[in-house]
Amino acid sequence: MTFIRMALRYIRNEVLVLPTRIIAILFVILLLLLPILTQDMYILRILAIASIFAIFAASWDLLSGFVGQVSFGHALFFGVAAYTTALLNLRLGWSPLITIPIGALAAVLVGLLVGIPCLRLKGPYLGLATLAFPIMLMGIIFVFPGFFGGELGISGITRLASTRLNEYYIAVVLMLVLCFIMWKITDSKIGIIFHAIREDEIAVRASGINTIKYKLLAFCLSGFFAGIAGGLYTHFLRIAGPSMLAVLMSFQAIIWTIFGGIVTIYGAVVGVFILFPTLEILRAAAEYRMLIFALIVLLVLRVMPQGITTFVRDKLERECPRCKVRNAVTRKECRVCFSHMR
Amino acid sequence: MLSDILVYGLMNGAVYAMLAVGFSLIFGAARIINLSHTAFFMLAAYAVFFFGTNLAFHPIIAIPLSIVIVVLIGVFVYYVFMEPIREHETAVLIVTVAVALVFQEAILIIFGGHYRGVSSIVSGYINPMGIRISYQYLLTLGVVSLSLLAVWLVLMKTRLGIAIRSSAQDREVANLMGMNVARIAAATMAISVGLAAVAGVMVAPLYTLEPHMWLNPLVLVLAIVILGGLGSIKGSFIGALILAFIEVTVVFLMPGGAFLKVAIALAIMLAILIIRPEGLFGVYLEGER
Repeated sequence: MTFIRMALRYIRNEVLVLPTRIIAILFVILLLLLPILTQDMYILRILAIASIFAIFAASWDLLSGFVGQVSFGHALFFGVAAYTTALLNLRLGWSPLITIPIGALAAVLVGLLVGIPCLRLKGPYLGLATLAFPIMLMGIIFVFPGFFGGELGISGITRLASTRLNEYYIAVVLMLVLCFIMWKITDSKIGIIFHAIREDEIAVRASGINTIKYKLLAFCLSGFFAGIAGGLYTHFLRIAGPSMLAVLMSFQAIIWTIFGGIVTIYGAVVGVFILFPTLEILRAAAEYRMLIFALIVLLVLRVMPQGITTFVRDKLERECPRCKVRNAVTRKECRVCFSHMR
Repeated sequence: MLSDILVYGLMNGAVYAMLAVGFSLIFGAARIINLSHTAFFMLAAYAVFFFGTNLAFHPIIAIPLSIVIVVLIGVFVYYVFMEPIREHETAVLIVTVAVALVFQEAILIIFGGHYRGVSSIVSGYINPMGIRISYQYLLTLGVVSLSLLAVWLVLMKTRLGIAIRSSAQDREVANLMGMNVARIAAATMAISVGLAAVAGVMVAPLYTLEPHMWLNPLVLVLAIVILGGLGSIKGSFIGALILAFIEVTVVFLMPGGAFLKVAIALAIMLAILIIRPEGLFGVYLEGER
């Protein structure tokens, strides 16, 4: 009883005071209750894939947005996990419950392998060096078509769950939980160090913090979350193909995250949930689909270069000049320190 | 075999050098990673196809017309989409990707996804040491070398060149010295797109045209620029030759080389990068603001 009262008070004092938090809560509730409104297979499929990609995009944001280690080859983690999952499932017949975590661990290992040589590289050098890894792996996959399935990929993998509804709930709940964990990580002490490494790595090192450890940690964490997304995606589509390692796959994650707002985690989720369904709706436009999509991205970024969530947040909320707490834009005085807003 | 490697390596190296130098220039002057760079290359090739084959213009009209139009598009894109949001580097990056996608899709809609070919400007070939070198190859090599020489002269000898190099070294100080950095960046964009366009119109008869032809060169150009050092023109040039020769050697000497050529070129780029994190001739961007 006290717990419920505490929860209610928390919601009233911390959630309902800010319009963006209300939007976030509504989004979560809508996503969880959607199957009551519609059981349409197609809609559930689109939203499940969007959830999986949201994990992937958020993991890019964790590495590149927060730690500033801009990676242009994030598909590497996705693809490695996808192929590991697919091979374990097909050749050894293990269930998704085991293959997805092992796939994610494989992605962590790859994160370490990529992270160690890349420690010395900075800025654009790092980004363009990471671009090389998935392309190299793709070359290897094409050279051994017998084992990796070559251009057609590996098909005939077991489903994520028996029904579409179950698959939808697995994807959505995992997305919400993992993105919440990522958001919490970026909010913790580790997250502060991540921010600091992006802003000024030398200053962080001078403060006696082992930046190498934290950068590798970021690579591993990001690889882990991207790996889970890769495994889920493989079991959902029941195929692992070389397109999961393609340059376009890496850039999709970047497009979604920057469109939604970088260095936010929730921005990545918003970006995917806006752009991915948009791309599906645009199927109605047939051959103009990608053109319209690219123009939308171009024009939106032209108007709001900081990303859609940051833009909307700055319109709806203002920071208190004294205590730096965010307030709804309608408030005359700060909700914490009661000083006048502006 | 050896002479094949020499000829094709030199040829590819020259084209990659054109693309990489342009990419490097705009990165230096405006700190823009222009991922649509090779899309301009593709656009120029298709423009030649449109004017030369569809409208049957003489090459002497079609080629300059294509170059001018592509440069104008490049400057337009720079002023409308990149300059206003230059502060947000990641947004600019995605804008360049979106621009490349727009070009790709526009070409797909206008010309369709078929493989297209452009007839050579000059026909015939010479036959030294038993390898067939068409005149088109020689012409391309000549034009590419001349353009690179011209760009080098512009950069080293003219006021504009000095301005471009100084704003590449330190944009803020260049601004304080009374240079209009925004206009210099636009001029650099024009030169950079111009180089890509010249490369595009020259190789159009040698390559197969298709709407995705910008992706593979883009990956290689990125590798070259990183290998040579970002913002270094000399580095881009040498990096282009190194990677082109590696690529051609792998294709000729290794089984399954066509699949592995990019992979091996990238592996060598990574190996060099691990030894020298700033590339062969790059300046370390430690104090970059």
